[in-house]
Amino acid sequence: MHKEPDVRTENWIELLASQAEPAPSRRAGPLMGRRLPWGLAASVLLMLSAYGLRHDFPEVLRLPMFWLKVGAPLAVALAGIVLLGRLGRPGVFAGRAWWGVVLPVLLLWLAGAWQWLATSPLERPPLLWGQTWRSCVFSIGLIALPVFVAALAVLRQLAPTRPAWAGAAAGTLAGGAGACVYAFHCPELTAPFLAVWYVIGMALPALVGAALGPRLLRW
Amino acid sequence: MPTLDVELELRALFLQALAGDESAYRLFLQRLAGHLRAYLGRRLFGWPDDVEDLVQECLLAIHNKRHTYEAAQPLSAWVHAIARHKLIDLLRARSVREALHDPLETSEALFAASDRDARDARRDVIGLIEHLPDKQRLPILHVKIEGLSVAETARRTGLSESAVKVGIHRGLKALAKRFGVAQAQDANAQGA
Repeated sequence: MHKEPDVRTENWIELLASQAEPAPSRRAGPLMGRRLPWGLAASVLLMLSAYGLRHDFPEVLRLPMFWLKVGAPLAVALAGIVLLGRLGRPGVFAGRAWWGVVLPVLLLWLAGAWQWLATSPLERPPLLWGQTWRSCVFSIGLIALPVFVAALAVLRQLAPTRPAWAGAAAGTLAGGAGACVYAFHCPELTAPFLAVWYVIGMALPALVGAALGPRLLRW
Repeated sequence: MPTLDVELELRALFLQALAGDESAYRLFLQRLAGHLRAYLGRRLFGWPDDVEDLVQECLLAIHNKRHTYEAAQPLSAWVHAIARHKLIDLLRARSVREALHDPLETSEALFAASDRDARDARRDVIGLIEHLPDKQRLPILHVKIEGLSVAETARRTGLSESAVKVGIHRGLKALAKRFGVAQAQDANAQGA
């Protein structure tokens, strides 16, 4: 048994101690500040070039539904940033930051259920399916991709000790950002559509992140 | 020394180290190595040879990831999360490696144990039960090897007392089935 300090360990400590220097500025906050804007810029460019803005763009800003469509994913993305910064650091738990993800989704579901119930049954199907439900989830995932890559790059510089959760946080951030950016193209303006397709579109990157985390975030 | 004092002292040293103080960093790493050695030694009971390697690996991880520590956080929580992460990594790699082992190799290890002391023999037994599921392995480890009571084992593992008994029974049966051949050979060798 090694009760006595090992000589190798002593030498090891000498080596590490000799590399003491003012800690490089790789803390979570500044790190995200340097990486995430690039991911977001790429997502926006992708949306503008491959999809294009809504044809009624400036006018649509007056509609509350548009703000719900942009705001709820934005809230999810902001919560994702907090989660990323927390789960990337050893011994820090997500804590109440998950509420930042849960509450916007609940809001979307409530709005969706309310509009659904307030509409006569015959007129309901278009509220849910719109014209683009087939492509919505895929498009959100595609636009989320650059942010996802940037978020994983941040995590690899940090030290996630629960890589599946950290990966899920990266996916949540990317999903929220992707849905928020996609909302500027997406022609749909009904709450049930958002409650189903946007939520799935945001959940999918989170699941992918949880699945890839243990593989991509080893250190 | 009370835990809180250790926390405050180590934290002060670490913060100095993060500001570039080499001697504070050396002292911090030395003191931390002692705590890691004790922590990992308790958890790697059965593989004392791995403890020192893992201590060094943890020190390296702490060094490489020291920028993720923020002063508002308890240092013990940060260090513990890293040590636990590295420990789990090792156990996982080991369980994969052990699963690939041919059972014969394990029984050879059993034969080779004759000239070692009791602790080493105990280590070999621990090696043998390693592949059992936790529900069987832990009851056998605590009751049959460490000599704890069933009640104490139940308390430590969170299993019910009857689950502990069932776990021992099934685990020993699985072992007998798996190593029956080796045991028979062993008996023959002793008889000869």
